[in-house]
Amino acid sequence: MLKLDIFLSALANGLMTGAVYALISLGLTLVYGVLHIINFAHGATLTAAMFAVLIAHTVFGLDPYLAVFVLTPLFFALGYGVQRFVINPASHGNDSNILLVTLGLSIIIENALLAGFRSDTRSIDVPYGFSVVEVGNLFLSVPKLVAFVASFVVALLLWLLLAHTDTGKAIRAVAKEKTGAALSGVNVDHIYAVTFGLGAACLAIAACLLMPTFLVNPRIGNAFVLVAFTIVVLGGMGSIAGALVGGLIIGVVESLSGLYFGESLGQIGIFLIFILVLLFRPTGLFGAKA
Amino acid sequence: MLEISNLVAGYGGVPILRGVSLSVGAGEIVAVLGANGVGKTTLNRAVSGLIRASSGDIRFDGQSLIARSAPDIMAAGLIHVPEGRKIFPNMSVFENLELGSYRRARANRARNLERVFGIFPRLRERSGQFAGTLSGGEQQMLAIGRGLMAEPRLIIMDEPSLGLSPLLVEEMFALIARIAAEGLAVMLVEQNVVQSLELAARAYVLENGAVVMAGSAGDLSRDPRLMTTYLGM
Repeated sequence: MLKLDIFLSALANGLMTGAVYALISLGLTLVYGVLHIINFAHGATLTAAMFAVLIAHTVFGLDPYLAVFVLTPLFFALGYGVQRFVINPASHGNDSNILLVTLGLSIIIENALLAGFRSDTRSIDVPYGFSVVEVGNLFLSVPKLVAFVASFVVALLLWLLLAHTDTGKAIRAVAKEKTGAALSGVNVDHIYAVTFGLGAACLAIAACLLMPTFLVNPRIGNAFVLVAFTIVVLGGMGSIAGALVGGLIIGVVESLSGLYFGESLGQIGIFLIFILVLLFRPTGLFGAKA
Repeated sequence: MLEISNLVAGYGGVPILRGVSLSVGAGEIVAVLGANGVGKTTLNRAVSGLIRASSGDIRFDGQSLIARSAPDIMAAGLIHVPEGRKIFPNMSVFENLELGSYRRARANRARNLERVFGIFPRLRERSGQFAGTLSGGEQQMLAIGRGLMAEPRLIIMDEPSLGLSPLLVEEMFALIARIAAEGLAVMLVEQNVVQSLELAARAYVLENGAVVMAGSAGDLSRDPRLMTTYLGM
């Protein structure tokens, strides 16, 4: 039965990692769905958020799970401000310009972090970092379990916001019909900025959930965003449900291919899936036709 | 109520409107007629704040609308039902109507929903359906219904008959007459000359970005120049 236990434990680990991947993908897919651009600064923003957790812990002694209540509103405000006062004015209403501005931002953020923190890899020590909980024959890492549950809660909150609040409805309206929304009294620039802020807020939460078990260096965000990009394509560009299901699938695939092909080849399965999706279902699992 | 004077507007520095002046009084139906490409849609877009006028003035209740944003202008009660409907295809009919009161008349949302469903019973039947799956006529009803949700004081209807079958066009004009009978001012921007003149009290005819004829609907419909101008003969 040892074989089955190992398989189940890899599966559980994959699901737990996948939930955090899903959270990172949510922000990416939301911004894509509404602004119709890939936010190239997504990875750098995640890195910045992870450093923010590091600073909160080392300088202010704040636990990551408490820091989430400070960093989430802070990153929402930063995302809002950057879109409203930097990206939007610099883009002159041209989508390809937005793309380049976010690319520029990512370079600035990454190099600022590199200048400030050097390229060292750092991590934080929390008392519960290695605690486990026993479920049947499985030992599950407590911080990963927390991340799993929290990611679902965030996805649910995001869905409630989009489905049931006026702001959420305005976000969905702007996504498909800017002019109609403006004529209904929606301030399109404001809604763009709110969407960007939500994307950044998701990353702040993801950073707080990751840091207890993960390390940070100035380029760490890119590794996650490459995976997140695969998830967004797999789930369907702009689809919230797609990001969630896609995240879990990718997490499991990575974990299982790590188990069978060895740790260093863990990501091979992800990119195999990426290519297969592009070949056979380019709109993704939940994606509508472009 | 709406006073437009010497309005010049266009895109990228090229003027489409070259000094348009017109007015709409309270509770009045005024038609703005003209063939494709004479500047009707540009006029609507300038009035509702989607594009900036380069000179001239637009006043609503005496307040200048120049340099005000589209959401601000709609908040003042000047509602534009755009050409091509511009409904939200990915959202339900119900949500589309709700968003009509996103900025204005939000407190009366439930009451206004009932009112819109009273005028357009078809929208009630379809309320859970995605707006993108509606027929053209139903989408036009939805666009007007969404506009009514904001309790307009003046409503601009941009080509409400565009792309509808002749029977539906009749129905649409009858509905506009019914809405206007409640005291709402309507600026009806149309290519459909005959039916618009039956509905409107006054009309303006646009050509090449300028008003070439103006007067009461009765006088204009008897004026032989209208057909000449309009059909370009």
